[in-house]
Amino acid sequence: MSVLVDKDTKVLVQGMGKTGRFHTDTALAYGTQMVGAVHPSRAGTTEVFEGETDHSGVQGRGDTYHAELPIFRSVAEAVAETGATASVVFVPPPFAADAIMEAAAAGVELVIAITEGIPVADMVIAKRFLVGTDTRLVGPNCPGVITPQECKIGIMPGYIHQPGKIGVVSRSGTLTYEAVYQLTNNGLGQTTAIGIGGDPVNGTNFVDCLSLFNDDPETEGVIMIGEIGGTAEEEAAEWIEQNMTKPVAGFIAGTTAPPGKRMGHAGAIISGGQGTAEAKIAALTKAGVVMAPTPTDMGTAMQEALAAR
Amino acid sequence: MKVHEYQAKKLMKARGIPVPEGRVATTVDAAVAAVRPLMEETGNKVVVVKSQIHAGGRGKGRFNEHPDLGGVTVVTAGIDGGVSAAEEAVRGLAEKMLGSTLVTVQTGPEGKQVNRLYIEQGIGIDRELYLSVLLDRATSRFIIMASTEGGTEIEVVAEETPEKILRVEIDPAFGLLDYQAAQLAHDLGLDGDSHRNGLKFFKTIASAAVELDTDLLEINPLVVTTDGRVMALDGKMSFEANALYRHPEVAEMRDESEEDPAELEASEHGLSFIKLDGSIGCMVNGAGLAMATMDIIKYVGGEPANFLDVGGGATADKVAAAFKIITKDPAVKGIFVNIFGGIMQCDVIAKGVIDAVKEVGLEVPLVVRLEGTNVELGKQLLDESGLDLVSAADMKDGAVKILELTK
Repeated sequence: MSVLVDKDTKVLVQGMGKTGRFHTDTALAYGTQMVGAVHPSRAGTTEVFEGETDHSGVQGRGDTYHAELPIFRSVAEAVAETGATASVVFVPPPFAADAIMEAAAAGVELVIAITEGIPVADMVIAKRFLVGTDTRLVGPNCPGVITPQECKIGIMPGYIHQPGKIGVVSRSGTLTYEAVYQLTNNGLGQTTAIGIGGDPVNGTNFVDCLSLFNDDPETEGVIMIGEIGGTAEEEAAEWIEQNMTKPVAGFIAGTTAPPGKRMGHAGAIISGGQGTAEAKIAALTKAGVVMAPTPTDMGTAMQEALAAR
Repeated sequence: MKVHEYQAKKLMKARGIPVPEGRVATTVDAAVAAVRPLMEETGNKVVVVKSQIHAGGRGKGRFNEHPDLGGVTVVTAGIDGGVSAAEEAVRGLAEKMLGSTLVTVQTGPEGKQVNRLYIEQGIGIDRELYLSVLLDRATSRFIIMASTEGGTEIEVVAEETPEKILRVEIDPAFGLLDYQAAQLAHDLGLDGDSHRNGLKFFKTIASAAVELDTDLLEINPLVVTTDGRVMALDGKMSFEANALYRHPEVAEMRDESEEDPAELEASEHGLSFIKLDGSIGCMVNGAGLAMATMDIIKYVGGEPANFLDVGGGATADKVAAAFKIITKDPAVKGIFVNIFGGIMQCDVIAKGVIDAVKEVGLEVPLVVRLEGTNVELGKQLLDESGLDLVSAADMKDGAVKILELTK
């Protein structure tokens, strides 16, 4: 078991430019079922992928892969032809929010938006558009979602992951890789790792992911990695205190971040005294989350949290 | 991206939002020349001389060179003495203000040099209110935040009397609705003319803020004039960098002299860089990891000199540019390169570092921690380069090592 994606998930790519093509290729090497792409200017053509299999991905495959992906004009057409239930968005920022809404209108269940730099006002509209639909948006500005050895959607390096019992949820890309790497080295595999993204408006938040992991029978513990800005971690702390039945470990980046400065991520800013690392760490600690004092201690914090049960 | 008050007011005025009349001046003569037309056009004998810098608290701020002078000063000489007396007073102020350094609660002790003045008509004020439009992250919607407590710092109001902060959510599908504007006007105690003017103000400001892609639009104070008008007496706007491509008229307003030169250079290379006060320079890939690297330097007892995210798709050139920006800072006593290569390959980072050192030299200790994609190749490149560097096993090890080397 896992959350959001598994070996049967059929995935569309929205935006088959250079970046989209590169990450479609690594996903195919990993064994993800990539079934087609939407790129209106190249509709009707086929994109060919081949290379050496990434054996850290889906097991039991040959040493090479070959795939021919049909390119469609619209998401609706692509869904009708391929039966895809998930899409990954690499569309450039000015057009990305529209791509998300198009996918939702076409009934795609899971939309994972990798694109960084989408204007906030566009995302506010996209988020409003999603109200009342059955679509879950992950991201934008995120590394994606991976269920080790089953399905990799996004830009994360597959080989650091290993199947197991830990759910991972994070606002940061490389910090997620750091955490996953430590977990894997400590013998703790992952059920699913979800990057929720570094933007101030995102589709899926910590509480959504904690709830998914809490309900997933395979997941035995969760590590959540937050950062300064907003109050999503405080809301997560409250939810954990009231609902979480599984051990949680955590880390918050940005203890040394000066107020009023945007720390790389559009959402990582302390403003009006809100969103400090101290407040988040205090709230999570109060909720019983085992906090890693430094980013090097994320793996051991998870072990401690598991051992405490 | 921040703009000056006079620029914010220009944008507001173009959208029909009432602001006082004013003229911007970069020289003493231009400041003086602004007085006569301003007094004649408005029939108002009071003018205000306002320093234009990218920081708040200007009224209470003081000049280093003139400790008794505030950054915003009201000139009343025109009431009895007419235009020429007002002109002389403005000349005296402009001579002192232009080129001097204004220190406010937001500039830090080093202050900011004043290169522009805004000469504005005086306004007869009945009440001072507060209004801002900003994103509420919890609901993913823009909100209007308002208060009857204008003129004071809103953070203080929020802390001491949170019940005096009003919040109105703007549904992106419909904009600010009439009943919401009416409720806000009522809650702010507007009546008669000011109520009617308030409704129009709120609806216009809500749509302007969203259409212009502002990060923050703050009007403090928003005033009710003695004749019942509702007017933006001050205006602070910052714009979302990601949306500037669709607002060329705003992008043109960027004042690079207000920005940190190193941060400016970094942004030209597509790097995310923020200058800090410490002595350990860091170069990291990914914003979260870059923050965590600063944190761990502090945790082991050091002080980070900067935040620097080279990004996910950095090239060797970009890495070299980043390295140069760090080494340029005289406060930097050592450098910690911390890379977890996902998409970013370790050999690319290694090549960038080697190239940069070859070009600019290396006079401070360097600790490198590489992990992830092509890590062996990256380490091999560094080993073979003959660079004088120390390898770290993990982040904490790296932080400890660079701290020891810089002591």
